[in-house]
Amino acid sequence: MTKSHLLSRRKFITSLTAAGTAIALLKPSLVKAAEPPLVMGFLYGGPKNDLGYNQAHAEGKQSVMALPFVRAVEEANVLETVSVEESMRNMIHQDGARAIFATSYGYLDPFVLRIARENPNTQFFHCGGFYREGIDPPNIGIYFGFIDEVEYLAGLTAGLMSRTGRLGFVAAKPIPQVLRNINSFMLGARSVNPSASMKVIFTGDWVLPVREAEAASSLADQGVDVLTGHTGSPRVIVQVAERRGIWATGYQFNQSVVAPHRFLTGAEWSWGVVYKRYAQMIHDGKSVTNGTIPRRMAGTLKDQFCRLSPFGSAVTPDVRNKVAHAQQQLLSSSQAIYQGPLRDNTGKVVVPAGKTISIEDPVLDRMNWLLEGIEGNVRGL
Amino acid sequence: MNHTAIIPSRKSLESVAVPAMAFLVSMALFGGFCVLWGAPFWSVFGSIYRAGFGSWYSWQNSLLRAAPLMLCGLCTALPARAGIITVGNEGAFVMGGLAAAAAGLSTQSAPAWISLLAMAAAGGFAGGVWIAVAAGLQHYRGVNAVISSLLLNYIAIALMLQLVEGPMRDPASLNFPATHPILESHQLGHLFNSRVHMGLVFGVVASLLAWFLLERTVWGMKVKVVGGNPRTARLVGLPLGAVILTASFIGGACAGLAGMVEVAAVHGRASHAIAAGYGYVGILVAFLSRQSPLRILIVSLVLGAVIASGGSLQRDLDLPDATIAVFEGITFLLILASETLYGRFEFFRVTNDAP
Repeated sequence: MTKSHLLSRRKFITSLTAAGTAIALLKPSLVKAAEPPLVMGFLYGGPKNDLGYNQAHAEGKQSVMALPFVRAVEEANVLETVSVEESMRNMIHQDGARAIFATSYGYLDPFVLRIARENPNTQFFHCGGFYREGIDPPNIGIYFGFIDEVEYLAGLTAGLMSRTGRLGFVAAKPIPQVLRNINSFMLGARSVNPSASMKVIFTGDWVLPVREAEAASSLADQGVDVLTGHTGSPRVIVQVAERRGIWATGYQFNQSVVAPHRFLTGAEWSWGVVYKRYAQMIHDGKSVTNGTIPRRMAGTLKDQFCRLSPFGSAVTPDVRNKVAHAQQQLLSSSQAIYQGPLRDNTGKVVVPAGKTISIEDPVLDRMNWLLEGIEGNVRGL
Repeated sequence: MNHTAIIPSRKSLESVAVPAMAFLVSMALFGGFCVLWGAPFWSVFGSIYRAGFGSWYSWQNSLLRAAPLMLCGLCTALPARAGIITVGNEGAFVMGGLAAAAAGLSTQSAPAWISLLAMAAAGGFAGGVWIAVAAGLQHYRGVNAVISSLLLNYIAIALMLQLVEGPMRDPASLNFPATHPILESHQLGHLFNSRVHMGLVFGVVASLLAWFLLERTVWGMKVKVVGGNPRTARLVGLPLGAVILTASFIGGACAGLAGMVEVAAVHGRASHAIAAGYGYVGILVAFLSRQSPLRILIVSLVLGAVIASGGSLQRDLDLPDATIAVFEGITFLLILASETLYGRFEFFRVTNDAP
């Protein structure tokens, strides 16, 4: 007992001396680094090299690290259960995170809500959730992007490159967010090829690579000549297109590496822009709790929340010019994508003639239809 | 001519030593793997220890993860004692969660304890039936239970998704299909002032009960005879089918109960997120414990700690997120391989010359 005491005291004194020396040596830099860095914690629901949703967020985290006052920590493949609660707690208590970015949809309720109540001095930002004013804790902010316009441009590219006018879409679930992308892709294609048709296959879940490959193959068998998709990562869908010698457009992240010959373009997120904006605001002393950071930060193509992937080598200069022109029109707001009259594939009018729905209109978050010309069922069958 | 007699105490020592050895070797291999990824060998284990057992704070994390593993481990262990190997834990877990959500939603107006009881009963029943079906298929129809229970997992998840996104869906859950939430007052609480929920109590009690049933009751004796030598069991007139079905039902009920806890204590509703893979880790727990309920308690805690450390390994040592999965994989392979080592070590047997 005594011995271990002595030892630990000696150890203590040694380390104290060492620390003193270190401080003496590092003094100038210590003064400079007096201000503690802003620690930001990022959580992803899947692997951060999925060439999809998670990698898009991880890339955003990577780019926010370029800011001198930021230290960023991350955890990937964090499941939507007690895992995410514990990871958030660890980031707050062990790493000193002052802002948590919960990127998976299922993190919000009840996990982020619970941890936010527990840690009122930490700010939480959730990607894409619905915040209930007056019910949910005030230290939660929501961020999301409207990517419909970029899907429209990808669809337009697809419409111009397709020879058969038949497009294929592999989708995870028939939820509003996915239906919006399917419909805006179709609207883009139809804007240059009014007779374009599309077939949708729902796989049932976000990450089902085998089923996605089967669905993509079966679409190729049925004669579509452009494949795209909305799953956690449409990587395998793009891969199938490359193998089958048909065109592909991507989603979430730039998937051109898996289809060097057949990749046209894609709709991808640029979360780095968003994360840098948050970092700057928090660094400036703002907070979502007292309202100096807006509760909801949503952006469009114009706000650079999302972007079109660089064109693949197969896309002709003529097509590139037409897409650039359409993008210009969208950016200058002289063109809207949800413009009546629009009918769904059961013949019902969903947007009456003369009516235009802005992509930021919350009515679109309840979308439950597929446009005419799309073969598929919103019940996912 | 040599006779080999096995002394019981040495034999039970063997059944601890062999898996322990396999576990140690897999730790060493795992450490080597981490070194290849640039993390210092000892820091990996230091990190796991700190994140798992370093303080009461980390203990709570490990206990939280251990709770469902105990129940899911029993799901493979109990039928295994009756000679049926099933891997349907995930399916039983999901069915239990789904049934519990349904029970919770239909007893909204009842007092909390009745609602919780209904949820536990529904969850346990659903999980029990799920595993009993696989076991019954093997016993009565000769369908391999490993295969059928594995396939039943996919069916369970598909069924859950279908119901959660269809008839049971809360229309307000737009981009995240889920059932209506269970009343907050009807949810399972936490232990004292900790982050650990009541699921831990369920896990510990279930493991102790399972031990009692197996080691201290006639039924347990029957199970062990049926599992040990079915021909003998038949010879002495034991009802094989009934014994196998009850053991499998109780095992499945444990996983179903874990699903109920996941719904009633963690999510507050059923959604695709309840299929978080606890069931699959439960298979590993059962094999590491050599199907013994008491060892399941310890193994769950150790594996819970390892899983709890997954985040630290990412944040502190920059290891990939799949690190823990690699560890689980290596361990499982070595545990299976170590099954061939029983009876091969001189130390564990005593040879004496027959007179």
